[in-house]
Amino acid sequence: MAKITYREALNQALSEEIKRDNNVVLMGEEVAQFKGSYKVSEGMLEKFGAERVIDTPISEAAFSGLAVGAAMMGMRPVVEFMFWSFCYVAFDQIFNNAASVRYMSGGLINVPIVFRGPANGGTNVGATHSHTPENFAANTPGLKVICPATPADAKGMLKAAIRDNDPVCVMENTILYNMQDEVPDDPDFIIPLGKANILKEGKDMTIIAHGKAVHTSLEVAHTLEEKHNVSVEVLDLRSIRPLDVDAIIKTVKKTNRVLLVEENKPFCGVDAQIAFLIQDQAFDYLDAPIKRVSAIDAPQAYSKALENIQIPAHDRILAKAMELI
Amino acid sequence: MEGLHHDTILEPSAKDSAKIKKESNEEEKGETHSDQADSMDFSTSTANQSLSAEDKVDLYEKMVRIRRFEERSLRSYQQGHIGGFLHLYIGQEAVAVGSVSMLGEDDHVITAYRDHGHALAVGMDFDECMAELYGKKTGCSKGKGGSMHFFAPDKNYWGGHGIVGGQTPLGLGIAFALKYNKKKGSCLCFMGDGATNQGPFYESLNLASLWNLPVVYIIENNGYSMGTAESRHSAGDPLARRGEAFDIDWSVSNGHDIYEVRQTISDALTSAHEKCRPSVLEIVTYRYRGHSVADPDQTYRSKEEIEEYKTNKDPLNLFREKLIKEGNISEDQIKTIDNRAKGDAEASAEFADASPYPDPSELMDDIYWETDNPGEKTSEGTMFFETPS
Repeated sequence: MAKITYREALNQALSEEIKRDNNVVLMGEEVAQFKGSYKVSEGMLEKFGAERVIDTPISEAAFSGLAVGAAMMGMRPVVEFMFWSFCYVAFDQIFNNAASVRYMSGGLINVPIVFRGPANGGTNVGATHSHTPENFAANTPGLKVICPATPADAKGMLKAAIRDNDPVCVMENTILYNMQDEVPDDPDFIIPLGKANILKEGKDMTIIAHGKAVHTSLEVAHTLEEKHNVSVEVLDLRSIRPLDVDAIIKTVKKTNRVLLVEENKPFCGVDAQIAFLIQDQAFDYLDAPIKRVSAIDAPQAYSKALENIQIPAHDRILAKAMELI
Repeated sequence: MEGLHHDTILEPSAKDSAKIKKESNEEEKGETHSDQADSMDFSTSTANQSLSAEDKVDLYEKMVRIRRFEERSLRSYQQGHIGGFLHLYIGQEAVAVGSVSMLGEDDHVITAYRDHGHALAVGMDFDECMAELYGKKTGCSKGKGGSMHFFAPDKNYWGGHGIVGGQTPLGLGIAFALKYNKKKGSCLCFMGDGATNQGPFYESLNLASLWNLPVVYIIENNGYSMGTAESRHSAGDPLARRGEAFDIDWSVSNGHDIYEVRQTISDALTSAHEKCRPSVLEIVTYRYRGHSVADPDQTYRSKEEIEEYKTNKDPLNLFREKLIKEGNISEDQIKTIDNRAKGDAEASAEFADASPYPDPSELMDDIYWETDNPGEKTSEGTMFFETPS
């Protein structure tokens, strides 16, 4: 097991799967010669050639749809969006074609495709480049959605996604790309979709989060423990659809208090569904109303001064957690 | 809502024959440019010269079968057996039948929502198609696709797509996969004239040419994007010329002459197979019915215009007259073919009517490969958040 970055973990996953299965190709803007806008695919063109690592023009609708058509024919394309925000110009291809072809054909056609790229705010790039559409994707039967928060999850879950026979949306985070951690180097290291992970055990309260919010939540949990003597459990959802409902209900039944944290906007965000599930399945176990922290409900602001307020930060999460005690 | 439907007349009549002959004489005089194009005889062109009488009769029968199937489906729609939209292909049959008749084993087809003709042309049968229109379990998509979404991947037929122009990148991807797998094949991607104004089509043209992909875009120009005439929806003429900006070979041809359609497709297939080059083919055709059959038809075109096409350019009538003239078909064969098509269409309606609707539990099938194959499931967790009780 070596200590590598989230970025390198993605690179390993892609490289190993391209090597393993001739049907896998990586395509997207700047993925080959430029080595990836965020250098995720660095070195892959040299290793696998231009047939497997494919630069595309800036035409998200065409190359997403092309990849869906190729997947219908049995290929396993991995489509990189420079930002998930750019999927909005390819919406029809993802949300109609990739998601629905299997259903509309009565199960005759599979679409084993991966759409991946960063989906996060917090980088001072304004409203058009900061979308977090995991809720859109999860709202679409036919799609699967994952938000890995650690290097090991990034590798194990991306590999699972590529081997999956259904379309999977992998939502990464540019701020996590440099995060280092230990990652298994077994070429068959897989983390199944739909399995949440308890990153920290606790008994007084649970914080449920996904994506980068997991790390902020962990910091808050340590603060609560050290300064307020509150024992906090942190559950990383990792996968949005399928969703590990059992893990959610189990931790709520254990701690009886729950705070939901996400960097998505609140209205119909992922945590709206989680809150519903908790009150539906564990209402009698709650000792306090479910609390929630999400991005401030405005288009993503450019100014650092504003965006720092907008994305759930340590103190805002801490304040909300204190309301639960 | 339109008035009650009357089937088109496919019986040869002395009047029709005389009319056709008269027009053909006029065309030979070459009065106008389009008349000149109409008068060109493709019956002995390279794509058609080796057709046997049997082959030709088979092409005719395929067109008749599409016509009669759709006319029967229209009746079922008017009787309330079919819901939603019903986009009929009546009038355009020579395009699908002529095109598909040129295809080899590694050639594929994808189209838009006016997809019954292509489905039947690739060999899907009446029963599964009619049952799909009825929303029945025995339908080709188990009642989950409907009129706009027929699929038969075993026949290289990839749908049936509801969003205008949405299939244009998919067709590109099919061609991409063929080339990636070193197949000498192609993908015929059918679209309407309205789809030429969707952005993804141009993105696709750029990629098709840039990457040398064997995709053939076939603009079936029936003159109207829903209810908007070409002159009101498109700048620049002809539409196929738009391929020129991407260095893609393009052409305009007549869709009422199945011989001409076959030659046009043949040339494009050669280019796709031998040079891996895309083409844009505009095939001019006409639809007799509304965009969807429930749409009012008289707001944007005249009855006279429809009658004019039916009288002078019906692809079935024209081809039948040719076959008679060539001595390749008998009166008896014509009647037998028509009766068989009508009988099979009637039988398919009875089959559809008698078939069961899907069970409520089937609502949750065919969404994910994984939930349909629980024995090979790799993920965990909950996939569905509301299911039938």
